[in-house]
Amino acid sequence: MLSIKNLQATVDGKEILNGINLEIKAGEIHAIMGPNGSGKSTLANVLTGNKSYEVTNGEVSFVDKDLLEMNPETRAREGMFLAFQYPIEIPGVSNATFLKTALNEVRKYKGLEELTPKQFLDMLKEKAKALGMDESMISRYVNVGFSGGEKKRNEILQMLMLQPKFVLLDETDSGLDIDALKIVSNGVNIYKNPNTAFLVVTHYQRLLNYIVPDYVHVLYKGRIIKSGTKELALELEERGYDWLVAEQAEVV
Amino acid sequence: MNSKDFYIDSFKKFESKLNGESKLFIHQLRKEALKQFETSNFPTQKNEEWKYTDVSPIVRQSFIPAVNAVQVSFSKEEVGKYLFKDVDCHLLVFINGLFSEELSLINELPKGVVVGNLRNLSKENPGSIEKYFGKLSKIENSFNSLNAAYSVDGLVAIVPDGKIVEKPIQVLYLNSSANEEVLSSPRNLIVAGKNSQVSVIANYRGVSDKSYLSNNVTEVFVDEYAVVSVYKIQNELDEAYHIEKVQAKQGKNSVFNHYNIAFGGAIVRNDINAVHNGENIETHYYGLYMINGKQHVDNHTFVDHAKPNCMSNELYKGILDENARGVFNGKIIVRQDAQKTNAYQQNKTILLSKSATIDTKPQLEIFADDVKCSHGATVGHLDEVSEFYIRSRGVPQELAKSMLIRAFANDVIETIKIEPLKEQINHMIFEHLHKIEVNNE
Ligand SMILES: Nc1ncnc2c1ncn2[C@@H]1O[C@H](COP(=O)(O)OP(=O)(O)OP(=O)(O)O)[C@@H](O)[C@H]1O
Ligand SMILES: [Mg+2]
Repeated sequence: MLSIKNLQATVDGKEILNGINLEIKAGEIHAIMGPNGSGKSTLANVLTGNKSYEVTNGEVSFVDKDLLEMNPETRAREGMFLAFQYPIEIPGVSNATFLKTALNEVRKYKGLEELTPKQFLDMLKEKAKALGMDESMISRYVNVGFSGGEKKRNEILQMLMLQPKFVLLDETDSGLDIDALKIVSNGVNIYKNPNTAFLVVTHYQRLLNYIVPDYVHVLYKGRIIKSGTKELALELEERGYDWLVAEQAEVV
Repeated sequence: MNSKDFYIDSFKKFESKLNGESKLFIHQLRKEALKQFETSNFPTQKNEEWKYTDVSPIVRQSFIPAVNAVQVSFSKEEVGKYLFKDVDCHLLVFINGLFSEELSLINELPKGVVVGNLRNLSKENPGSIEKYFGKLSKIENSFNSLNAAYSVDGLVAIVPDGKIVEKPIQVLYLNSSANEEVLSSPRNLIVAGKNSQVSVIANYRGVSDKSYLSNNVTEVFVDEYAVVSVYKIQNELDEAYHIEKVQAKQGKNSVFNHYNIAFGGAIVRNDINAVHNGENIETHYYGLYMINGKQHVDNHTFVDHAKPNCMSNELYKGILDENARGVFNGKIIVRQDAQKTNAYQQNKTILLSKSATIDTKPQLEIFADDVKCSHGATVGHLDEVSEFYIRSRGVPQELAKSMLIRAFANDVIETIKIEPLKEQINHMIFEHLHKIEVNNE
């Protein structure tokens, strides 16, 4: 579904991604771990088309199309979704208006009819309920005054509404208490199917107990220095990153 | 002949059309105003109050006073296009500042309430008008004296003590001419007695190939415990010149709400002034100006806190695109006597292009020591991070921008208490944005 080849990117002229290679197939869950500043969020932003990040080399194909050619909205309509590490507050725009506009744009692109206001509201209420969210948030401004955990849930709500093919979760677990973590993971798990794929960025093994990855990658200084299965996450939890970095140094 | 001489000269023709009306008290005031007009000149940028607004394009032209101009007529259907719909209201229509009886519809009113036009009422009911007319708004510049000299018509609403006018009064000021450049001079008077309430929707529209000058003065008396709301929506042509001075005087425990929604004109200048004459008064000013092209909007607001325990709250927001130019000058005086004053003022501007500019100036003069006053001015661009967030959900860039702009305007718009009016203003914002985007292509 997603094929990343030798992806390099800079911010303000500073090299952040130094040649990333990654193949993700439909139905798979990949996790990316790595120390602060290693480039995890940068990768997520590059994949979703944030123009503050400049791609200097490499190719990305997404469902057999050239992803890097597309603008952010087209990527989203093709089924790319990022649950932001730091969701943005938009005063003056209600959650309902925001989601309805987005959903109808995505549906239009797919050649589907717009939902009626009732269909939309019913769907929104159902998904919000599944995530244990209060109905009152529907009319509130996007993320304004939301707690850290509520913002993360709201990202997952957007995912459930827009029904993307490929989901990037950027530290969706940070700021969540244990119960919220279960609810959010459950939201992801009910959505997961053989036609979707996930790339989960996290620092903590505990999320991966709920969202079980097929592969775990370690990103270090803009490069994937180790890939493995879910046991790698356990090992990282125990040993940290230093041993890997040392191993890496020996190889070089 | 320069425009000043032209206006002086045109006065004779104007008088000759008045017949019996020239005997009325109001005509004495016009003649005095003309004298003042003769001895003064239009403001220039040397004048501190007009520093950022160059009126020479207005002064260069001679606009024919509407009374002397060819009369234009409209059908009800044509006029309907410019009205705010679904608002259960009394309707007064002025074409080039002159009342149109056929197009207006004043419904039943509480006993004693007078709603009508200046020209008729100054004949039928001169006493009630004479008591207030010209008492509040002092002539401060040549635009004011020009208005007074040609003050033939305008809205008059006089609400006696204790009366509540439930339905808002919608006033359509439609400017239009066949083939000449016209001066319209609406002169409005709103008087709210003790414990009374009234709302006015001042709807300014233009349909003309020619430029015109709409030069307004509005006097507002808000007596003790009265509530007056004025919603001004000015949506005129790019060639239009528009000037208005609003002068309000408030008695104790009264509330004055003024909304100033401007979609521009070639040059627009608003002076909105309120003087406090009692305790526990509230003054609320809300403004939104959304302009593009070479439009210029200058808003000067003033609250004169003369008495203790009063509050004023002001929020003005600007959205400026292309080469548009905005000016905001918010003056607040807190006089020595006005202890426990609460005065808030905010001016926020979004610049959508590199060449749009805003000059914003808070002007606080505080002579009392126990007061709470705050002011803030911000100028920025649309937030790119928010834009990316919205786009990352599949919303196209132009729509994402338009959502953010409407969101920016929202805290002004959401305070509008007449629901259908609010919706239609939102719609106007949307239409206007659409136009801006098309222009940008
Ligand atoms: N917009 C930006 N402007 C300047 N520098 C940036 C920007 N975004 C990221 N960087 C820099 O790029 C590097 C990688 O940042 P990134 O956010 O991708 O790290 P991360 O792996 O997500 O870290 P964390 O685990 O703390 O979230 C950091 O050094 C960061 O300071
Ligand atoms: Mg990060």
